[in-house]
Amino acid sequence: MSMSHAQTLEGYNFAYLDEQTKRMIRRAILKAIAVPGYQVPFGSREMPLPYGWGTGGIQVTAGVIGQADTLKVIDQGADDTTNAVSIRHFFARTTGVKTTERTEEATIIQTRHRIPERSLSEGQVLVYQVPIPEPLRWLEPRETETRKMHALAEYGVMHVKLYEDIARFGRIATSYAYPVMVNGRYLMSPSPIPKFDNPKMDNMPALQLFGAGREKRIYAIPPYTKVESLDFEDHPFEVQKWDDCCALCGAQDSYLDEVITDDVGGRMFVCSDTDYCEDRRAQGHFGPLGQAAE
Amino acid sequence: MSIDINATPLLSVQNLGKDYGNLVACTDVSFDLWPGEVLGIVGESGSGKTTLLNCLSAQLAPSRGAVVYDTRIDGPREIFEMTESERRLLMRTDWGLVRQNPRDGLRLGVSAGANVGERLMAVGARHYGDIRAEAANWLQKVEIDVGRIDNVPSTFSGGMQQRLQIARNLVTEPRLVFMDEPTGGLDVSVQARLLDLLRGLVTRLGLSAIVVTHDLAVARLLAHRLMVMRQGRVVEQGLTDQVLDDPQHPYTQLLVSSILQP
Amino acid sequence: MYVAVKGGEKAIRNAHRLLAEVRRGDLGVPELSVAQIKEQMSLAVDRVMTEGSLYDRDLAALAIKQARGDLVEAIFLLRAFRTTLARFAISSPIDTSKMKAQRRISATFKDLPGGQVLGPTFDYTHRLLDFALMAEGKVPEAEKADAVDAAMPRVTDMLNNEGLIEREIADDEAVVADLTREPLDFPAERNLRLQNLARGDEGFLLAMGYSTQRGYGNSHPFAGEIRMGEVEVEIVPEELGFAISIGDIFVTECEMVNQFKGSATEAPKFTRGYGLAFGEAERKAMAMALVDRAMRARELGEEVKAPAQDEEFVLYHSDNVEASGFVQHLKLPHYVDFQGDLEMVRNLRAEQKQAELKMAGE
Repeated sequence: MSMSHAQTLEGYNFAYLDEQTKRMIRRAILKAIAVPGYQVPFGSREMPLPYGWGTGGIQVTAGVIGQADTLKVIDQGADDTTNAVSIRHFFARTTGVKTTERTEEATIIQTRHRIPERSLSEGQVLVYQVPIPEPLRWLEPRETETRKMHALAEYGVMHVKLYEDIARFGRIATSYAYPVMVNGRYLMSPSPIPKFDNPKMDNMPALQLFGAGREKRIYAIPPYTKVESLDFEDHPFEVQKWDDCCALCGAQDSYLDEVITDDVGGRMFVCSDTDYCEDRRAQGHFGPLGQAAE
Repeated sequence: MSIDINATPLLSVQNLGKDYGNLVACTDVSFDLWPGEVLGIVGESGSGKTTLLNCLSAQLAPSRGAVVYDTRIDGPREIFEMTESERRLLMRTDWGLVRQNPRDGLRLGVSAGANVGERLMAVGARHYGDIRAEAANWLQKVEIDVGRIDNVPSTFSGGMQQRLQIARNLVTEPRLVFMDEPTGGLDVSVQARLLDLLRGLVTRLGLSAIVVTHDLAVARLLAHRLMVMRQGRVVEQGLTDQVLDDPQHPYTQLLVSSILQP
Repeated sequence: MYVAVKGGEKAIRNAHRLLAEVRRGDLGVPELSVAQIKEQMSLAVDRVMTEGSLYDRDLAALAIKQARGDLVEAIFLLRAFRTTLARFAISSPIDTSKMKAQRRISATFKDLPGGQVLGPTFDYTHRLLDFALMAEGKVPEAEKADAVDAAMPRVTDMLNNEGLIEREIADDEAVVADLTREPLDFPAERNLRLQNLARGDEGFLLAMGYSTQRGYGNSHPFAGEIRMGEVEVEIVPEELGFAISIGDIFVTECEMVNQFKGSATEAPKFTRGYGLAFGEAERKAMAMALVDRAMRARELGEEVKAPAQDEEFVLYHSDNVEASGFVQHLKLPHYVDFQGDLEMVRNLRAEQKQAELKMAGE
């Protein structure tokens, strides 16, 4: 479903922010693209949405969006979660650009906690909302120290954490915001996407931008950049698997949401990526709930 | 222990000094340290020995003088002319620093195995099994029960924590180890065991070490040579036995005579 | 029968309508006006202006009305509005020594030029709920005294003349950092710290300041001077080349006199802590001064061990708009990540169970 909004918000600049601010954001983005995975500090502004609700992603999108763009906004993989709706409305009101729920139609996709299942292509921009940009934050609370660690590529302590997981649990226990090495140089947090999505970041044809509003950092992965999830040779990185497939479309290769259906342990699994699921069903694929779900 | 007289000193210190405003913490310190040699720096508290050690181990920038280390790849290099990156790499690989309080030199919330393996991981080791085996190997060398490899150091006794700190430092086979009162705070029998261990390791691994201590018994057991410090200056230096058995400087004589005789 | 959750848009619209209704409350009760809030809840307005970083009583009062009295929400509204405003000048530093002080007290001297002027303070009231206030009624007029015309030299200036307190050298060429334009950077200079504290949450600073009084970084403070009143705001337009006044603002200033410092070469002097806020905001200004002094530990050569002295800790957590946002964002859906952890925990438990069964079988 595509929407077109010709009326933009009275009294506000295109995309809400003034041109100076957008220029400042774009400069930060360019710096970030030039040094893949490096967190660039930027003068994040107070936005009409609270910190923690995606102000970083919104500022990045506001910095790059233009009249000719088509915007998709998802949260937890879905277009109609309340905050995705709220953000999409914000841009509709302040830019009047076309919005869409179809991944393949979008030129800019702003996302919280997922990468779309459908492969992205050159010319698309994926904007991630990031709460804590610093992958070392849990091991080292001091910003002055983590900055030094990045500058000197002192990442041993990250592997210590993984070692501890294996010693304690027999495996690496991180399931989301799984740290990656970008372009062989910078350790980066991919934002709280499930580790299931990490492989999609590697050599992606689209541009990946990351915005952390409250922490005031922007970082980027240019198209076709090497992104490797940290692991050990004898404990290689692996993604989540489910025993079930999607109850609606039958997909076995997508990230599934667990839906509790009753209070005696009944549950079912459905695709987290709503567009992907709808598309599959439109093409005639159905899950155990079959066509009855339509 | 044999020294090749044509070799370069491992560490060469020239006219080192450190001031805090008008206070001269240490000054006019010069010496050479050779591979396989242990130098003891002794003196009372306030003598400047800890400040000196901090300057030598690059924890503090000196006010004057030079510290030249014979690096593995580039030969002799002045420590404070290196970039911070080079210095920090040196401190994680070729050097060791054993702090007086082991809690300052360990990650208390992380297992013994991880504490020992960290340096390996920092320089690129990526095989969990190998890292763990190496850590277990070192725990054995410092006489810690290998069964405690997954325990956190906060559950260890003081002596065990100190031995863990030593293992954590030695795992990358450094050539030079700085020690600040390595037996301080430990009770006498634990001290004796630790000193034996240190002496054994130093000899077997051919380590050089600089040991700061106020305890002359420790100095006698570990050091080949001694430097006696008083009020920031070196008042006497020489072979350990000579300095302790035949002290020349009145201050050294005072120090030596105040050791409680059994 | 499972139907995919939809209708987020409708839900949001209805939530907004309900909010507006609840905000208005019982239609039988007269609606609160912005003017009433401005006049009769002026301390709330002052706080919102200070932490919202915007001096505008009407807008602050409006924000309070819109926020249903939630001051942190009102502060957020004001900050968001501020983002859209263009900046056309930077003022000269305000001169609080020229303040028309409505209140001026000093704990360090019994009496001083200009006197101790209590002003409209809660300080000596007895905290007994006044039920007379439940009804509206006439308020007895306060007696008018002659205007305080006497000069009110600052306590710190007087101490300074004797060389008893550390000098603060004004540097007019120095660039003042701006947190609303650039991200926080460390080590943070004092001007940046003070800006952060001025915008910081009063409750947080109060707790931090309190902690210093209880031993977490004690600096032995004395309230050298607290003054409240109007000061002129001046700018120097390029075209004119001289200063013009663009208006008055009401501020509260607190100067703490703290632990003296000296060394072998330098005679001891008292040290300073500074607090400034919009409107009548004494508690904030005092807390700010305590925390300012605590964070100067590093530059004054004191050991940094208490939370109030840890500049990263204080400066990163003082902003209630940031804090509120991040704490409350936990309400947003996190089920994708939770699913990841659920799967992890289920697998680990299954593995452990298997291991136990295997051991039991041996």
